[in-house]
Amino acid sequence: MWAFFHKLGSPRWFYGIAARLSPWCWALALALILVGSVWGLAFAPADYQQGNSFRIIYVHVPAAFLAQSIFLALAASGFVFMVWKIKIADMAAAMMAPLGAAMTAIALLSGSVWGKPTWGTWWQWDARLTSMLILLFLYLGVMLIRRAFARPQSGAKAASVLAMVGVINIPIIKYSVEWWNTLHQPASFTITERPAMPVEMWMPLLIMVLGFYAFFAAFTLTRTRTEILRREGHKRWVKELFEERP
Amino acid sequence: MRLCLEARQLACERDGRWLFRGLDVVLKAGEVLRVEGPNGSGKTTLLKILCGQIADVDGEVRWQGRALPRARADLLANLLYLGHAPGIKANLSALENLRWYQALGGEGRPDAELEAALAEVGLAGFEDVPTAQLSAGQKRRVTLARLVSSRRALWVLDEPFTAIDVAGVAALERRLASHAASGGAVLVTTHHPLSNVPGVRRLTMDGQRQVAS
Amino acid sequence: MNTPMSGSIEAAEPVREAGDGLGRAMAATFRRDLTAVARRPGDALTPLVFFAMVITLFPLGISPEPERLALIAPGVLWVAALLSALLSLDGLFRGDFEDGTLEQLLLAPHPLSLLVLAKVAVHWLTTGLPLALMAPLLGVLLALPQGSYLALSATLALGSGCISLIGAIGAGLTVGLARGGMLLSLLVLPLFMPVLIFGTGAMGAALGGGEWLGHLAVIGALLSVALMAAPVAIAASLRISIHG
Repeated sequence: MWAFFHKLGSPRWFYGIAARLSPWCWALALALILVGSVWGLAFAPADYQQGNSFRIIYVHVPAAFLAQSIFLALAASGFVFMVWKIKIADMAAAMMAPLGAAMTAIALLSGSVWGKPTWGTWWQWDARLTSMLILLFLYLGVMLIRRAFARPQSGAKAASVLAMVGVINIPIIKYSVEWWNTLHQPASFTITERPAMPVEMWMPLLIMVLGFYAFFAAFTLTRTRTEILRREGHKRWVKELFEERP
Repeated sequence: MRLCLEARQLACERDGRWLFRGLDVVLKAGEVLRVEGPNGSGKTTLLKILCGQIADVDGEVRWQGRALPRARADLLANLLYLGHAPGIKANLSALENLRWYQALGGEGRPDAELEAALAEVGLAGFEDVPTAQLSAGQKRRVTLARLVSSRRALWVLDEPFTAIDVAGVAALERRLASHAASGGAVLVTTHHPLSNVPGVRRLTMDGQRQVAS
Repeated sequence: MNTPMSGSIEAAEPVREAGDGLGRAMAATFRRDLTAVARRPGDALTPLVFFAMVITLFPLGISPEPERLALIAPGVLWVAALLSALLSLDGLFRGDFEDGTLEQLLLAPHPLSLLVLAKVAVHWLTTGLPLALMAPLLGVLLALPQGSYLALSATLALGSGCISLIGAIGAGLTVGLARGGMLLSLLVLPLFMPVLIFGTGAMGAALGGGEWLGHLAVIGALLSVALMAAPVAIAASLRISIHG
């Protein structure tokens, strides 16, 4: 177990294993997203209240899931990096943060696009959207602090600390925003908590969520490989890797 | 127990460059070890590693035979570290600054001793003046008064001769020598020759090669 | 150093083990920072003046009608107090960083997370508490309805403790950066939002004639969590800023 961790921590080993894993992840992501979106957009029944506009959940919900999961992954990587000094964890974190921010932005945009036909307005201070907005701020903070330091190593540690602090705060923020929301808008229309979504509706949603996670894995593996080459470019094994090629 | 600080096979990488590799350092009671090398050769980094302030390096640092970071608190309890910055608060008087250091380090010397220390570095009569009103050299002397007022066994001094006059340099050299003679140990980086300190050992840091003598 | 010193040298202290004295070190740091504030009272007054000025902007910007002001007063007072506290956070470690005493604090044979607690306590005592005491006065200017003054002061007093603790993490992370102040606000403002929600929630409850002590208890809970978790993060961020 311990040996496995240390092996995983070696950039060289990770570079190899990621190369083998990432095509599978990409294929899986592509297949799931393709099936999910065609099913969800073309074949799933329209909502009896919202008509076809509900179909944006097939993007909105997976993006929102990913937005929160990636922040969790960011904090976990930060912990691994700070405690065991495993550099791979930080490289992955550096690559994950922009994707997480992008997913948060997608969730916000799709949420407000959805809000137009549902609420009649582009923006509503709905609990979910509000905590999503705060999550975007947290992502921006983590990304900005990494770049603020002259030494990349310091920036990496600072981003790790901030991600860990943020992750402790996320549930607190979420619950306080929800509480605030009920205080100000009793009985407002909530988007995803709906009574008994029929199977034909949530099945494609589930597929889309899984597809997004597969995409996340594929994206992180591929980008981390690039980051390994960038950071370890001066190491002998990287040089040998490219000299072997004809 | 006799003082002993040792480092084995230290290797430190900074921003994709090895500052040093396979470095061994031993510092024992009664020794003055001078770390030399051009700017950017990692002298300050080495000092910080040996004081347990930087931990993400390869190799091992031992204090009294026990490895850091476990022995870190004990090392710090015996350490007097003077860095590049004077470590003096400008809106406090010299005496107040020394008092804070006394309390911070768990030493409790009476004010009379602290005043004597200030007098010894030539600051008699300036004890209660806010240090903001002192000259750069005088501020440096407040810092150096810590060497007199605090009796820590291990001194780690990063460029201690900055901004002091010729008489001050000579006095500080004598102080280093007497500290070593009385069973303490000194680790120092400086461009001064330390000609008045007998038996100075040297550690030359030069890119990847370190020459100990 | 004109007098010969060699005669007066005493033997170097024998090697010793790290002992107690943490309480003394914390008390000395607390007293030192408090003295520094007392010598430069202007630094501590700045956030208070800023608070008063921001409050003045609202009647000018919105309307001087007491009915309208009363409606926004709880939120405006809380947000303005929060921003004032934020303004002062950048200076929490900067002075110590520049003169090198922060580096010396890291070298003390005591847990850094507890030593910084003394500094944070001084920050709260010289910023958060005065803001909380001053807020009712400004509440009068904003026609804050009767019955919420105590809630305002009490929630601000506890809430600003959270702000000092959480803000110190950001201050520690940005202390080594040349233009850290702006970044500091971006880092910590999202983390302040729960405190703001419950602070204004308590005032809303007090105005509605309801029970606001429950909200105060939630802020107290947040403060306890911050007291337990923040010092470790502050210590970690200071080590990053000083030693990389």
